Amino acid sequence: MSAAEILELSARAAAAAIGAGSLSATELFDVYRERAAADKAAGDDGLNCFTWVSEPGSANGAGAPLGGVPLAVKDLFCTEGVPSQSGSRILEGYLPPYTATVVARLREAGAPLLAKTNQDEFAMGSSNENSAFGPVRNPWDRERVPGGSSGGSAAAVAGGLAPWALGTDTGGSIRQPAALCGIVGLKPTYGAVSRYGMIAFASSLDQAGPLTRDVTDAALMLRHMVGHDACDATSLAFPEEIELPRAERLEGIRLGVPQELTGEGIEAGVLAAFADALERAQELGAEVRELHLPHAPHALSAYYVLAPAEASSNLARYDGVRYGLRAEDPRDLLDMYTRTRHDGFGAEVKRRIMLGTYALSSGYYEAYYGRAQRVRTKIAEDFSAAFETVDFIVTPTAPSVAFRLGEKTADPLAMYLNDYCTVPMSLAGIPAISIPCGRSEGLPVGLQLAGPAFSENRLFEAAHALELGIGFEAGAARV
Amino acid sequence: MSRPTRSYAPGPDLQRLSGALRITGTVIGRDEVLHVARLARLALSDEEVELMARELSAVLDHVAKIGELDLSDVPPTSHVVDVTGALRADEPVPCLPREVALSQAPVATGEGFLVPSPQA
Repeated sequence: MSAAEILELSARAAAAAIGAGSLSATELFDVYRERAAADKAAGDDGLNCFTWVSEPGSANGAGAPLGGVPLAVKDLFCTEGVPSQSGSRILEGYLPPYTATVVARLREAGAPLLAKTNQDEFAMGSSNENSAFGPVRNPWDRERVPGGSSGGSAAAVAGGLAPWALGTDTGGSIRQPAALCGIVGLKPTYGAVSRYGMIAFASSLDQAGPLTRDVTDAALMLRHMVGHDACDATSLAFPEEIELPRAERLEGIRLGVPQELTGEGIEAGVLAAFADALERAQELGAEVRELHLPHAPHALSAYYVLAPAEASSNLARYDGVRYGLRAEDPRDLLDMYTRTRHDGFGAEVKRRIMLGTYALSSGYYEAYYGRAQRVRTKIAEDFSAAFETVDFIVTPTAPSVAFRLGEKTADPLAMYLNDYCTVPMSLAGIPAISIPCGRSEGLPVGLQLAGPAFSENRLFEAAHALELGIGFEAGAARV
Repeated sequence: MSRPTRSYAPGPDLQRLSGALRITGTVIGRDEVLHVARLARLALSDEEVELMARELSAVLDHVAKIGELDLSDVPPTSHVVDVTGALRADEPVPCLPREVALSQAPVATGEGFLVPSPQA
């Protein structure tokens, strides 16, 4: 098989070709490894997707269910002996002594580590511009961002530099970059996937998930990710086997369009592509109805209290004692803490630590954190009520197409608005998938489908039918 | 949106900060930035203090919108998915060997992490 033919294969097709003997796991690994290494060597002339690329000859996994299809993994997953610094200077030189459960599970299932991907520092960002490794570029237009925080993972899959990739989503960090890069991204139900070995951002929201070329690949990867892990007490046994989707029609499926997430603030071109996709869904037999999620407009406010509050606590561990950076010649212990953190954290991480510390500080706890946790309850109740009358909620994934590098870096609030449509599902802990649904200004637009907790199988079926019906052409972005 | 009502008295640290308590609207002043930075064990340059004051004020103004909702009878979310019986059996298992745990430290002795004295 030629390299060009190999690049045309989805992960599932590549695994099948290896199983049938028409492609070897080593051949497949080498094609992608060379492409990834070339991108890394090109620096800012490439897409800057990777923080680390494996050595030649690291292929394995043939004979296992995933056949040896190599996996790109977001930097924040701990990988034993392989640099893992969550896009931050403060973890410079850190070589974890253990591997994240989900990475180990995928490796055992036959998906060996290809490379580690660039990301926003500690997963805080929506453009991948907050990275100690520099910004990632969008393969559809090099002058634009890939979205974030799993920007390297999304750009690598869209650009054909990895067959598939692992990301994490706290408020939209898988779905939004998937949308901006024209690929598929799933945030699973909270607790479906072990968080053990994921460098924490906001523990009540963080969830690992797949970034893939198509819905079938996402289902295939998730099948080997889910399950209870003794190392993460919040992880749960998934109630059923994850199946590969086959649906081609949407008869009997009721899609709910929340007025609060499909109006003001969403770009006209995005709304147009979204409306086209809804028409396609109706042609496929779905019933589309409008509904309300009355508290959804407050989700972003609640999120930007809860996530920074949890982050300020989680990031307290970076103190220059056990790993990573330590400031030079500290005067005393406190001086070491404060200067190490000053030198090691980037601007956005400092901003969120400050915001979270403020919200949790004496006198403000109830007004901010306490209220935000109550808003969270109302948002979850809105979804429960909606799922009494519809099967899935549908929205645009992101309010805009990929924006220009530097366009929003000076205005934190403008950047935070990227999460407007994705944060409500994160707060409710429910699964949501983004699939490409068309283009605006030549750039991909994402459609988000969300379902009740543990509805991943049904979500994949609906997304698969819609994906076939829409027929998005993604090959143009492969570089 | 005005500053959210405090449900209990400010702690002694904040009471000392008369500057912080005179703020109207969601405006974070220099003193309050420095106070929070101290709580967060984060050194900030003068420029960072100024920038942080402006940016935190803007973000807090936005998030304070949740103050408009009536949430008096709403229980706070403690966990999004119902989980019961998450406790495991209390059985000892091996942990990381000491030399492995110490291997990533910026400075270590053979027996532990080495840090400067708390009071120089």
